[in-house]
Amino acid sequence: MDHTGYSEDYIRGILNEVRTIAMVGASSNTNRPSYFAMKYLLEKGYNVVPVNPREAGKTLLGKHVYETLSDIPDAVDMVDIFRNSEAAGPLTDEAIEIGAKVVWMQLTVRNEDAADRAEAAGLKVVMDRCPKMEYGKLSGEWGWLGGNSGRISSRRGALTGNRVQSLSIGPGKY
Amino acid sequence: MSLDDQPRFDTLAIHAGAAPDPTTGARATPIYQTTSFVFDDVEHASSLFALQAFGNIYTRIMNPTQSVLEERIAALEGGTAALATASGHAAQLLIFHTMLEPGDEFIALRQLYGGSINQFNHSFKKFDWNVVWADADDLTSIEKAINPKTKALFIESIANPGGMVTDIEGISKIARRAGVPLIVDNTLATPYLCRPIEHGADIVVHSLTKFLGGHGTSMGGMIVDAGTFNWSRDGRYPTLSEPCESYNGMKLHETFGNIAFAIACRVLGLRDLGPCISPMNAFLIQQGVETLSLRMQRHCDNAVAVAEWLSDHKKVSWVSYAGLPGDRHHNLAQKYCPNGAGAVFTFGLKGGYDAGVKVVSNVNMLSHLANIGDVRSLIIHPSSTTHSQLAEQQQIAAGAGPDVVRLSVGLEDPQDIIADLEQALAAA
Repeated sequence: MDHTGYSEDYIRGILNEVRTIAMVGASSNTNRPSYFAMKYLLEKGYNVVPVNPREAGKTLLGKHVYETLSDIPDAVDMVDIFRNSEAAGPLTDEAIEIGAKVVWMQLTVRNEDAADRAEAAGLKVVMDRCPKMEYGKLSGEWGWLGGNSGRISSRRGALTGNRVQSLSIGPGKY
Repeated sequence: MSLDDQPRFDTLAIHAGAAPDPTTGARATPIYQTTSFVFDDVEHASSLFALQAFGNIYTRIMNPTQSVLEERIAALEGGTAALATASGHAAQLLIFHTMLEPGDEFIALRQLYGGSINQFNHSFKKFDWNVVWADADDLTSIEKAINPKTKALFIESIANPGGMVTDIEGISKIARRAGVPLIVDNTLATPYLCRPIEHGADIVVHSLTKFLGGHGTSMGGMIVDAGTFNWSRDGRYPTLSEPCESYNGMKLHETFGNIAFAIACRVLGLRDLGPCISPMNAFLIQQGVETLSLRMQRHCDNAVAVAEWLSDHKKVSWVSYAGLPGDRHHNLAQKYCPNGAGAVFTFGLKGGYDAGVKVVSNVNMLSHLANIGDVRSLIIHPSSTTHSQLAEQQQIAAGAGPDVVRLSVGLEDPQDIIADLEQALAAA
């Protein structure tokens, strides 16, 4: 498919269907974008599993860090790639091998060949996007930072649990 | 809605950024008249302060009424994000505070709003941010002014006071070649008439006080980030590309991608310099934006009627309005703002300075004041007011010489606007 832009339905479908996200390149450095994204996705109720060979065996935000994708004992729905475009190639192949349903490459990360292979194997692919940002656009939180979500809605936003200032995109909650 | 079925302009003007309140169901955007917002717990608070979670902390930095206005203007301009400020001047302060280091230069056009000329010439010099002036009608003067210290180009889409239309695309190509961002003040056009990002602007700035608010009630400014400029290419914009000390070494461009400029203006500039918009003003301006298309079209139609009438008047030596077919900027107006050339323009009086003073002293319905972009028609003699701090040569270069009168044509019946000008001119 064309990866120059994604419809709201496509992104919403992915974020609603996945539960376990393997985050490759998750960092324990609290200033890194991957740390931000992992913390945010955990708060939204996803089971985020960090993958980072340099931090394997440690605990990050309460989660065990694995060396490789194939070391993860749980079924992985989505692989979120916080590595460069070249590294995204072999990681995509690994994602196909472990039976992931979605390969998501982060902002600035693009690998068209890998995307073709994943799609041929039946996976959905997103490139050059951040799931935290996309979740924020769909839930209504993006506008809190002055961000343009590119969408309008006359529906009331749904709160995440009993929290203030946390909106959900959960299915059926609208 | 799907990607290929994006809402259109008039729909965005009413809906973008606004949804029913999650807890009360209020449909119109509430005025969140509060300084602060409670945290769920310490962890939530620390996430917000570290920019790890979205959310409101303190109205100096963000407020839910303000953020509706921000998303709405970002959507109308086709930007990725926006930041509202206390005024247009405050918006310009935050833009340059984010872009420049002491000793840097930026190029601006001589034909700017007089208030911008003052801000750049005097107050910015105290920060060692150095303006270099160029001429809108001579693009080579811009190219010649570029040197390694140049960090940005600043122009107006329609220049105040003369109503001149600027060649945004031509200047954006110069900015691209120089590797610097193009900032466009789009106050007089509003996104209804012109969307500078479609013509190559990287940052759009507004005084919301004018046509966007539109009713002469509320001060506000806006910075719109087009998301197009690569701040990290060569380290020339360290605020965005280098580790930020006050956020524990975070790199703002790396973290926030194509909204990094708007974020930096908020979490550094607004946080530390403080010129925030009030929730009440954000609400009132948002009300104005909902009718932007209707109002702007009528403003432009009335302006054409008044400008045509003035150009036939025996005491008037010239009319500078790009909406008139004979005007030297008419072709640019047709390219950049085909729905109309705005409603602010100038005309010259054969009787010079004294005649200008008499006209503004004798109007009965038009208001003699220093604003523009009101439902009411407004008139001013720049040489004795807005531009009086400039030398006569500078006044003339800015299109505000001694014989010049500026109009901001309102939404009254055009026959009544003309009737008032007719009796005021008779007395001049």
